[in-house]
Amino acid sequence: MAHPPSSTSDQTCGHCQQGDEENDSSRRDFLTLAAGAMAGVGTIVTAYPLIQSMNPAADVLAMATTEVDLSAVKEGQSLTVVWRGKPVFIRNRTQAEIDEARAVPMNDLKDPQTDQARVANSKFGGKDLPEWLVMVGVCTHLGCVPLGQKPTDPHGEFDGWFCPCHGSQYDSSGRIRKGPAPKNLEIPPYQFTDATHIKIG
Amino acid sequence: MAQGERVNFKNPVICWIDERLPLFSMMHKEYAAFPTPKNFNYLWNFGALSLFMLVTMIVTGVFLAMYYTPSTDHAFNSVERIMRDVNWGWLIRYIHMNGASMFFIVVYVHIFRGMYYGSYKYPRELLWILGVIILLLMMATAFMGYVLPWGQMSFWGATVITNLFSAIPLVGNKIVTWLWGGFSVDNPTLNRFYALHYLLPFVIFGVSFLHVAALHISGSNNPLGIDVKSPKDTVPFHPYYTAKDCFGLTIFLIFFAVIIFFLPNYLGDPDNYIPANPMVTPTHIVPEWYFLPFYAILRSFTIDIHIPFTHVVLISSKLGGVILMFGAVLLMFFLPWLDRSPVRSAVFRPLYRKFFWIFVATSITLGWVGSRPPEGLPVIIGQIATAYYFVHFLIILPMLPKYEKTLPLPNSISEAVLKGR
Repeated sequence: MAHPPSSTSDQTCGHCQQGDEENDSSRRDFLTLAAGAMAGVGTIVTAYPLIQSMNPAADVLAMATTEVDLSAVKEGQSLTVVWRGKPVFIRNRTQAEIDEARAVPMNDLKDPQTDQARVANSKFGGKDLPEWLVMVGVCTHLGCVPLGQKPTDPHGEFDGWFCPCHGSQYDSSGRIRKGPAPKNLEIPPYQFTDATHIKIG
Repeated sequence: MAQGERVNFKNPVICWIDERLPLFSMMHKEYAAFPTPKNFNYLWNFGALSLFMLVTMIVTGVFLAMYYTPSTDHAFNSVERIMRDVNWGWLIRYIHMNGASMFFIVVYVHIFRGMYYGSYKYPRELLWILGVIILLLMMATAFMGYVLPWGQMSFWGATVITNLFSAIPLVGNKIVTWLWGGFSVDNPTLNRFYALHYLLPFVIFGVSFLHVAALHISGSNNPLGIDVKSPKDTVPFHPYYTAKDCFGLTIFLIFFAVIIFFLPNYLGDPDNYIPANPMVTPTHIVPEWYFLPFYAILRSFTIDIHIPFTHVVLISSKLGGVILMFGAVLLMFFLPWLDRSPVRSAVFRPLYRKFFWIFVATSITLGWVGSRPPEGLPVIIGQIATAYYFVHFLIILPMLPKYEKTLPLPNSISEAVLKGR
């Protein structure tokens, strides 16, 4: 504001005439680029802890495993436990359910996976326990809890689980068969700690 | 603003302040003397009504925040305490809860009014875009506010909507975990939603200020959609439109009061008076009425698109639905460039007028579809209506000027007004 516009431009011109013009402007470009790069880096460094702070905190991560006693779950019964705030479906499947799941041709599946692969972790002491199906009970469509844990629940057309929200149907291996869900019910990491106990997570 | 003309105020205090900070002159210029087309109808009340609702929501929200506890153990009970024990808490909460619906009603009317009279066209494109930004912010704010009472619909609405982001290829699940701050919708989610629900209304206020500032650069559109040509076409904003807005506000407040005092839970879902239970999904998850058309669009995409001759899914039905739903809102940003007809108002566009009403009917149909369980006839109707929604924006609007014979425009607003238009 102190200088009228003409004097400002005069000053710039006089300055340019004195020095090497090309050299000077390239030096100025360098300064602009360097300052811009520093500002960019500064922004990222500032934003990182803020964004990272929204990820699960240490105590949330620490509560990420659950131990379950399976001894009370008889054949044909189901148990729902909480793991990481989500329901986990544990089912002691009947032989009929296992046979049904294993008879399905891979071509009929939207997310092809054998029943053997889905219960691969169900083993203890070198013995396979294919009756134990352990899955995260969260529909892979939009996160509802499917019905089918109780005998009185609807089980869908495939003797498995039925999601009431948007009608996804899962079979007796928890694989998606019909409806909008894209994937099979997720298998959490778990292992048998003895013949009747599992640790999820 | 410093260069603006100053008004000579008689009150010496006002005069003293105005000389140093010409707020009063600015208010006089923008809200008292501001020349406004003289042919507004009552649809032009709805901008002022939206501002009224924004202020109402902020004021009632601040008072609710004094009693609300954002914790999964206490949120539901703290809201019930507001309803039962806090002095006048029931009134403040019913105003706030139904205020969200009222806000969307007036904003939707405001948007449809803009569509009917071509208010988004040159020179008001940026004004329109700012409006769409406000709509998006409102949707985010309303969604997060609905989670706060921590009822069954709060919890499951939050679960379904945050899970939409898991449809994003590769990073989807990481984004969802980040949004939740855990492995499911839980206490960290509730806390951050509360923080953002408190913040966003002030962002809306800021964008609304820009929206109004842009309006005061271009001036208001009007039912004829023709430019103001002389001072004879305008009247000062005060007292003409302050009075008209106050009358409209009174009628609106009667309607609002009937809802608050006689039908306070009519627009809500009874399931939200059941405390949130992460183990049990309600049989039928529905969003609040103002999201139903978008919810219907989300659910309309029911097939996976494969890479031809393989089983590799290119776009799953989930991702497709999410793309369509966000697309439906984002499309509105491009409206000024999709509709190239030089005539603004539908009054002079006989074909557009018909298509406008079909579009309104489509939106209402989508709302109905969104409220139904996703099976049988509503699914088919929803798919047809969704397709038409996009056809309207992407095919009908761009093609229309080629076939439409518009009616002759009046020479000026004042001429048309004197003829009784």
